Amino acid sequence: MVFTLALRNLLHDRVRLAVTLIGILFSIVLVAVQLGLYLGSSRMITANIARSNADLIVTTFGAKSFEDGGLLLGDRERHQALATPGVESVVPLVVAFAEWRKPEGGSSRVVLVGADADDQGLLPWGLIQGTVEDIKAPDAIAVDSTYLSELGVNGIGDTAQAAGGRVKIRALTEGIRSFTQSPYAYTTLNRARQLLGADDDKSTFLLVKLAPGANITEVQNDLAKRLDSADVLTKDEFESRSLKQWLFRTGAGLALIGGAILGSLVGTVIVAQTLYSSTKDHIHEFATLRALGSSRGYIYKVILAQAGLSAIMGYVLGMIIALIILYLSRNSSLPLVMTPGLAFWLFALTLFMCAISALSAIVKVTKIDPATVFAR
Amino acid sequence: MTTTPVMQADNIVKELGSGAGLVVAVKGVSLELVPGELTLLMGPSGSGKTTLLSILGGIMKPTSGSLRIADTVIDGLSAEDLAKVRREHLGFIFQSYNLFPTLNAIENVRIALDVRGIKGFAATSRSEEVLREVGLGHRLTNYPRNLSGGEQQRVAVARAIASSPSIVLADEPTAALDSENGHAVMALLSRIAKEQHRSVLAVTHDPRTLGYADRVIRIEDGRIVGEERRPEGIDAPEITDLTKRRKLHA
Repeated sequence: MVFTLALRNLLHDRVRLAVTLIGILFSIVLVAVQLGLYLGSSRMITANIARSNADLIVTTFGAKSFEDGGLLLGDRERHQALATPGVESVVPLVVAFAEWRKPEGGSSRVVLVGADADDQGLLPWGLIQGTVEDIKAPDAIAVDSTYLSELGVNGIGDTAQAAGGRVKIRALTEGIRSFTQSPYAYTTLNRARQLLGADDDKSTFLLVKLAPGANITEVQNDLAKRLDSADVLTKDEFESRSLKQWLFRTGAGLALIGGAILGSLVGTVIVAQTLYSSTKDHIHEFATLRALGSSRGYIYKVILAQAGLSAIMGYVLGMIIALIILYLSRNSSLPLVMTPGLAFWLFALTLFMCAISALSAIVKVTKIDPATVFAR
Repeated sequence: MTTTPVMQADNIVKELGSGAGLVVAVKGVSLELVPGELTLLMGPSGSGKTTLLSILGGIMKPTSGSLRIADTVIDGLSAEDLAKVRREHLGFIFQSYNLFPTLNAIENVRIALDVRGIKGFAATSRSEEVLREVGLGHRLTNYPRNLSGGEQQRVAVARAIASSPSIVLADEPTAALDSENGHAVMALLSRIAKEQHRSVLAVTHDPRTLGYADRVIRIEDGRIVGEERRPEGIDAPEITDLTKRRKLHA
């Protein structure tokens, strides 16, 4: 009967129910979009690190992100790393911002990534045209199809100029987005060095693979001692450092999280207001329940059930709209991300929000005087 | 038939307000209710009868005096303990029926069982049973808005008796009803007292109800000023005629 009464109370006033659901829906969509963007941004920021075939990453000292390494590591560091016990391989990787000059005029910036396919250190993924072998060709470069117009090219075979040299689109990827809005352009290690005018031994990162059975912490400490001008990080540590740089030092992440908190607050206030007014409208019925001998807990259950039912209905509607927005954003440069985990947490947040909203109504019924049943 | 009181009130006093606005609504009332009797508590408006009913129902706490319901002395009990006493021993009928507008007849009865922990099939079948008992077997799924005043009050009666309480308290049960429905409801309360061996106390100032009473307690200005009993051998009007009913009036 608790759920029956709660549901009927909700359905009794359709306008108020609509306001409640719009409040929850608005809140869910806002939080889903903000957290979806946060998650999407996080994935963009860490995608290359996550895809790199390494147990440890050697960066220049104080490198803040994947795009911020410079070209300061050389053969000395590489050989020192190779000589460290427990290290199986060390693969150099070049990453740097570069100017991209469009064939029809104008320029933009790209993040040039140089890695050799044979080293298996970091390869472009999600190839939709061309192969990894095609990138080995002279002047070859791979870019993401999302950014073709931004780069002033139409597709495979088009040429442009990256940094100091001519490049030709030989492969296209799908799904490699850049948080900095400077698209990633993948080429070979040496071609990248040439384009950037770097020495033959220079690299931005050294991707370290451990020998089977090696202890990662011991190797990391050992490498750190040997490479005093570099940082030695696990992938998780480097991902975390990159996230910190782009999401928190720039304030972008705080803005997204702030938006999510604001959405939750607005939703909570709207639901609290409507639940309170619903409880006020049904106060005489709750007083009757009290007079009939119901415990306070029974009435709290009715109110919480109203809150819970509102949460479920609002969540379903909110998620439908959030998923539509998600679908529409799939080809944008900043696609939203929804995971089962995020969907679960959004549901938990909705329930929590509605439970908090029910507090004012619960306080109201706590003060019910059952004697009012005789006053009507 | 046992005559052990199911309710015993001793020197109940109730003060309302404070300071210059202090009103003593109930002034030292003592009474007993026994099973099998329909007792009317009659008095003019403002005589304190509804306040007394609230106290006897464990809804309002008296300023002083003692009240026993069944085996429980309820003086000083917490609000939750009082609610438990109401759940276990009392059924209420209200002047304005106080039905839940969003629940149909059977659900309105079921909810009274639900708060007592009686759920599922047992609650449904008991609700149907009592609604049939009050003559509403054909109105089980009707909502209050689709029931007449008399039918609504009968749903309220069914709700009050569904959990088989030893005491049924009714506040002006006929006030909102026309003559025919008023008599029907009083006949029903009388039958509940007799056949189900419950104690029924109805607060009223409706003279049409007198003929159904086994006992009439008159209250004025917060005090009991008189008590009458139905003479032996005279039945309630559902099985007797108007002449005999007038005798009780006299």
